[in-house]
Amino acid sequence: MGMRRGKPLWLTVPAYAALVFLYLPMLAVGVFSVNAGRHGFGWKGFTLEWYGRLLQNSQVLEATRNTLILAVVSTVVATVLGTVLAIGMSRFPWPRRWRGFLDFAVYLPVVTPDIIFAAALVVAFGLLRAVSAAFNPGLLTMVIAHVTFQIAFVALVVHSRLVTIGRTLEEAARDLYADTPYLLRRVMLPLLMPGIVAGAMLAFTLSLDDFVISFFTAGPDSTTLPIFIYASVRRGVTPELHALSTLIFLATVLLVLGLERLMWLSTRQEAKG
Amino acid sequence: MDRPSAESASPAADRLRKGFASGLRFLKSFPADHNLRPATADSIVAGMATFAETRSALCVEGVCKSFGEVQVLTDIGFEVSSGEFVTLLGPSGCGKTTLLRILAGLELADRGRVMLDGREMTGIPANRRPVNTVFQNYALFPHLSVRENIAFGLRSRRFSESAVAERVGVALQILQMESLVGRYPHQLSGGQKQRVALARALVNEPELLLLDEPMSALDAKLRAEVQIELRRLQRRLGKTFILVTHDQDEAMTVSDRVLVMSDGRIVQSGTPAEVYERPVSRFVAEFLGSANLISGSRVNGHVETIHGPLSVSGSPGWSRGTLAIRPERIRVCSRRPGMNGVSARVREVIYRGDHMDLFVEPGALRVRTAPRADLRAGATIWLALEPEYLVPLSD
Repeated sequence: MGMRRGKPLWLTVPAYAALVFLYLPMLAVGVFSVNAGRHGFGWKGFTLEWYGRLLQNSQVLEATRNTLILAVVSTVVATVLGTVLAIGMSRFPWPRRWRGFLDFAVYLPVVTPDIIFAAALVVAFGLLRAVSAAFNPGLLTMVIAHVTFQIAFVALVVHSRLVTIGRTLEEAARDLYADTPYLLRRVMLPLLMPGIVAGAMLAFTLSLDDFVISFFTAGPDSTTLPIFIYASVRRGVTPELHALSTLIFLATVLLVLGLERLMWLSTRQEAKG
Repeated sequence: MDRPSAESASPAADRLRKGFASGLRFLKSFPADHNLRPATADSIVAGMATFAETRSALCVEGVCKSFGEVQVLTDIGFEVSSGEFVTLLGPSGCGKTTLLRILAGLELADRGRVMLDGREMTGIPANRRPVNTVFQNYALFPHLSVRENIAFGLRSRRFSESAVAERVGVALQILQMESLVGRYPHQLSGGQKQRVALARALVNEPELLLLDEPMSALDAKLRAEVQIELRRLQRRLGKTFILVTHDQDEAMTVSDRVLVMSDGRIVQSGTPAEVYERPVSRFVAEFLGSANLISGSRVNGHVETIHGPLSVSGSPGWSRGTLAIRPERIRVCSRRPGMNGVSARVREVIYRGDHMDLFVEPGALRVRTAPRADLRAGATIWLALEPEYLVPLSD
């Protein structure tokens, strides 16, 4: 009974335990977000009151607005720059030695600890502030900060797509009289699109969730949801916070599912082509 | 270029435009079915032949190319006449694909020149050369339909919508693909993909069509059909084709002329019959079909070998060297032949239906003959190695 179809117990039990361990905290937050009781862990009945209150909380709405503006703007900028970077990296005839260095340079920000990155940005903005007041902490500095770490992710995803496509189609287009703009518009961009969209969604998710870098670069008027939650938790955990966390988690899940779906579609197209 | 100056006087653009117009008229003048009435085909071919003599479509001079330390092409030079079907034949790694890419403008030669119809092409990029390519795995655009794939080269040159429709229509008709227009590459069979790739290149009316192992993705039976079809198509269009292949049968079937390549050099150039019957070196003799290689030394007017003295037509350029003879050129005789007779014992007989292969001693000769019941292992026979078929090799 315990050894059905060659799945041994010693494998399945820890696997399920790990899953529970992973999702139990989030599940708990979700449950408390619809619990009518304000204090303690007792179940006092179902309510959507906390979600309703969120919508009337001007601080939350402001933070949501900031978060979305930051995520959308930084994602758009990072996607354009990251795509250009990826194309430049793989299509420009770099000398062999440069190639390795470039790959490394793009990969490095992905593995650099956020806190180091954030501290470095604080220093950089400090220096730039001497040039212009525009670099005072605020939405602009946050957008720049997010773009700097998002670019690497977008470039990596698009680059891997470029490798999959190969160079033959590009050569075929050249052979068929395509100049560079036409080649980009008619061949490269359509073929790269799954990679570009996947990179953009990844960048968007990262921006949405980011706390460390936002915290270091934010100004007084540019509080985002993660920063708001952090500040609120220090004053005590409330059911409204549970509701807010649940909503952010669900938004992230949807984005990730969309991403997976897109990846799946593009690999399937590859297999068919 | 040693072309008559009267022709180079007319401006290139004008010629291109006239070429397009006449090409289109020409294409339209044929019925869609490819089994052409012989009279029409012959007259066209005859017309093309006289045309071809007067000008050389492609001229390659002293082309060298290396990738890093590896010398891929060494001093490549050849000319191709207009309307000629030329094959670059060689084993993988001999540089034939690199040479084709240099002609297409996808690769830059380190040294040497490429001239097309008298115009310097050496530094011109692929998208500005009147040359189109059928790529090895066809390289069809997976996100575009058959129609849009074929129209690509016209659209990138901003042809009007009506011109695109007209030309694509003609191309579809010629290659019998009207029913496939709406399909996408992943919905096509290998043979269909190949035809789309061909149409996509030909619709541009290139002065030169390059084909990079276009049959390698097809199965053997289809390949044989497509080879003949390709040959007919080329004759019909009168276009200059250059095909790259490692398959000697394919080269023989389709070409007017074969350039045999080895280690980045052209080692022999000639009609299929010339390179097959008169190979210049061991490499050519063995790469094209099978050959018996007999080493010997020149003594007075003949060559002394382990099979005895053999007369050869013409004098070999060496004092010690190799003679080649094709297995099917060795004649099996019942009695001693008058000239170049060799007595041999049959070691092994392989029956192959339409012919028989004999392996005989001494000297491990291979003989191909019509099937005969009296030839068995152990039999003693006479072989005639006639002088005209004994080819002295250069190495």
